Amino acid sequence: MLGESRLAEIAQRVLREAKADQTEVMVAATDSHLTRFAVNTIHQNVSETDATVRVRSILGRKTGVASGNELSEAALRKLVRSAETVASFQEENPEFGSLPGPKQAQKVDAFVERTAEYAPAERARGVEKILSMSRKNHLDAAGAFSTEANETYIANSLGVSAYHRGTVASIVTVIMGADSSGYATAASIDVADLDPEAVGRIAVEKALSSKNPTPIEPGEYTVILEEAAVGDMLFFLGWMGLGALAVQEGRSFMNGKFGERITGEKITIWDDGADPRGLPLPFDFEGVPKQKVTLIEKGVAKNVVYDSFTAGREKGKTSTGHSLPAPNTAGPIPLNLFMAPGTATKEEMLASTKRGIWVTRFHYTNILHPVQTILTGMTRDGTYLIEDGKIVRPLRNLRFTQSILEAFSNIEALGKNLVLLKDEWNSVGTCAPAAKIRNFRFTGTTD
Amino acid sequence: MRDYANRALNQAQAKGATYADIRIVRRETQNIEVKNGIVQTLSLGDTYGFGIRVVANGAWGFASSHRLENAEIDRVAALAVAIAKASAISKAADVDLGPAECHVGTYATPMKTDPFQVSLEKKIDYLLSSDKEARAVQGVRVAESTLGLERNHKIFASTEGSYIEQTLTETGVGVVVTAVSEGEMQQRSYPNSFGRHQGTGGYEFAETWDLPGNARRVAEEAVALLSAPQCSSGVTSIILDGPQLGLQVHESCGHPIELDRVFGTEAAYAGTSFLTPEKFRNFQYGSKIVNIVSDAVTPGGLGTYGYDDEGVPAQTTDIVKNGQFVGYLTSRETASQLRKIHPDAPARSNGAMRADGWNRIPIIRMNNVSLLPGTWTLDDLIADTDDGIYMITNKSWSIDDKRLNFQFGTELAYEIKKGKLGRMVKNATYTGMTPKFWAGCDAICNKDHWHVWGTPNCGKGQPGQVAHTGHGAAPSRFRNVQVGVMK
Repeated sequence: MLGESRLAEIAQRVLREAKADQTEVMVAATDSHLTRFAVNTIHQNVSETDATVRVRSILGRKTGVASGNELSEAALRKLVRSAETVASFQEENPEFGSLPGPKQAQKVDAFVERTAEYAPAERARGVEKILSMSRKNHLDAAGAFSTEANETYIANSLGVSAYHRGTVASIVTVIMGADSSGYATAASIDVADLDPEAVGRIAVEKALSSKNPTPIEPGEYTVILEEAAVGDMLFFLGWMGLGALAVQEGRSFMNGKFGERITGEKITIWDDGADPRGLPLPFDFEGVPKQKVTLIEKGVAKNVVYDSFTAGREKGKTSTGHSLPAPNTAGPIPLNLFMAPGTATKEEMLASTKRGIWVTRFHYTNILHPVQTILTGMTRDGTYLIEDGKIVRPLRNLRFTQSILEAFSNIEALGKNLVLLKDEWNSVGTCAPAAKIRNFRFTGTTD
Repeated sequence: MRDYANRALNQAQAKGATYADIRIVRRETQNIEVKNGIVQTLSLGDTYGFGIRVVANGAWGFASSHRLENAEIDRVAALAVAIAKASAISKAADVDLGPAECHVGTYATPMKTDPFQVSLEKKIDYLLSSDKEARAVQGVRVAESTLGLERNHKIFASTEGSYIEQTLTETGVGVVVTAVSEGEMQQRSYPNSFGRHQGTGGYEFAETWDLPGNARRVAEEAVALLSAPQCSSGVTSIILDGPQLGLQVHESCGHPIELDRVFGTEAAYAGTSFLTPEKFRNFQYGSKIVNIVSDAVTPGGLGTYGYDDEGVPAQTTDIVKNGQFVGYLTSRETASQLRKIHPDAPARSNGAMRADGWNRIPIIRMNNVSLLPGTWTLDDLIADTDDGIYMITNKSWSIDDKRLNFQFGTELAYEIKKGKLGRMVKNATYTGMTPKFWAGCDAICNKDHWHVWGTPNCGKGQPGQVAHTGHGAAPSRFRNVQVGVMK
């Protein structure tokens, strides 16, 4: 971590050096640490210190981008010249308007000193709590305990200047028996919120209760999806069609549906980069404050998110603060998704289910048809048969092939708790409840 | 650089490391994307840094930084050792790296034309030509033509005496065309999906694949798919084209032969493997015509290099021979572990450890895992198929955590009726279980149809790492496959 003043100094040096008509600079620094374990031992334990400087130069309507991680004056000068050189080779983009002007983003306190300072030995002690529980039960534990501090500074030659720093801590574990496994996870900006023992206990209980799984015929079943499975669907929904570019290119499930019901009325989904229940970032990668955007409200398609480029293509639209780092041809994406919780506990959902399948999480989910929102994937780490309101036996893993919107139209109940689910690849979090859904389609098994 | 490397290794040993290595890596990238007639992306990337990996108190530690300077090297070396000592809190046994590996050498990707030296105008013109051809077809909504370059300059040094310098250069190109109608969207890609086809080599790779000469054809296919009938459901014969079969090899053979997965060390994220150690040299993976090798030496393959990131020389290993499973992808540590179970297993790593840059530890990654060519021509293979589906270019992929149950979708497909290609069908999918699927492989096309397809987006590890892998494949036929899973 370099601190706000050092990041600002780097950004201002870039802007002073710039000769383009407009210039944008993003400076990001991270200190990240991850203790990874498998077969009841720590086998990978890593630390990384890095910084990125990304410069976007605009010459008329031509754009060039260059990035690097060297911070010397000479390296920054070279970076600016590179961005300006590639911009000069560009073709004019008639749809490019301007970089955004300054707007004040709200400050969000998302930095916890103890997370940033957490030591390798502390992570190892946390992991050891999970490992000892696993050993005691003759199981094998795998997983990762990570802590990270990050900071981002965005500035441009029109006066934008935005700084945010945050921390993230997360634990994920899969605990396995000979023919069974259990999963649990926890994430927070504050490492003190994480309870490795509680995470380990859930995974151990699932690993023990999923021994001797038996097959079941594929088909349509009522399912109780735990939060991780619902979060997976929510994440894909965001990528497939909740950004303005997808709509402008006619490839979103929202096309032609605004104001119409597209899911059951229990479904309300929004994006909020300032909500501390998620992993906040109060502005986007153009430095535009993130607005809270309601995407689907009581089942009705309401809005998608915009960056400055896509907003400039539509009359009366302004950026909602959802740009990704330049260059970006994927368009704006909601990265702080929330689904409104319901009122049920998972125990109540279970008690009300005559026959169904309990799903802990999905694995290797992928898109089959983005407009029809059809995904496929496997169940993993705790799949059970429900009969007469009780879990009666563990099942072998099943493959599902299912439209998300169709599943969200068949919601019978939503969980009362929102759980923060950190993406494995980025410090991006989705907040989702558990869900009970009828007619969920399984198309294969691992038999 | 030698001074920095020596300092890091000395510092690590002084702090208590019994083994240490350092990798100093500079990665340069260049990406150009033309979308609907406009150069939407023109970007240069340059990252530089070092990572120090140590064994101390019998356990692993790793730390990395982007600041290559003496004081930072000292800090990072000490941190790596402190992390290793923390890891030792839970160790079951000391790390065993097997026989020492001491190599001094250099390697550079062979190429005719350095792609970074080709002018930006020439590259942009190439992509604009492709874009123009694609958008000449009525009904195309989005055309994206892409060129990506990557160069990794790597120095590896270890306390066992290795000092290796490599420069690996990759070139990739692709065109993706999207057509949409109400409630429907279809895409066609050339030469491969994932945005582009990539290999090790120079700018000649881009010219060989001739985007402008193929963009109009794939655009016409994308538009035609909008009104094509849905692929029917049932059990039938399928012929997979090279790119799709390359990904099938990647997912259902390449990943389960990674010995770290087999030993459970990737369980929490990617999963484990059905190819457990007792199956080594004792399991019928596929039919007798199935021969699969891993190699890091095939010219132009995306998984081709001189040494892996543990400093082990590139080599070729039999994986499946006449249908029998005979080999894994290994690291020094896992090769040593396998030998404790199978004393006749190779003593040394076959050089499959790679890291995604200076800030990641090496883990076992596919290099070029390839299905060897057979004897058929594609025309003869289609003529020999009474009823089936010919599936072309991957669209979707998903496979379970042991790499058994898979489901793939392809961009394009044609029915085969009485030995002839019939109707185009859309949204084709197929699903199966790995050994049963490969047991049904009864025909593989010959070397004239064989090519090493690049997969530039293979994710694995925590924190996540992306690897670039190659997969040689020629069109092949599989019997009794479930198709048409999508409702």
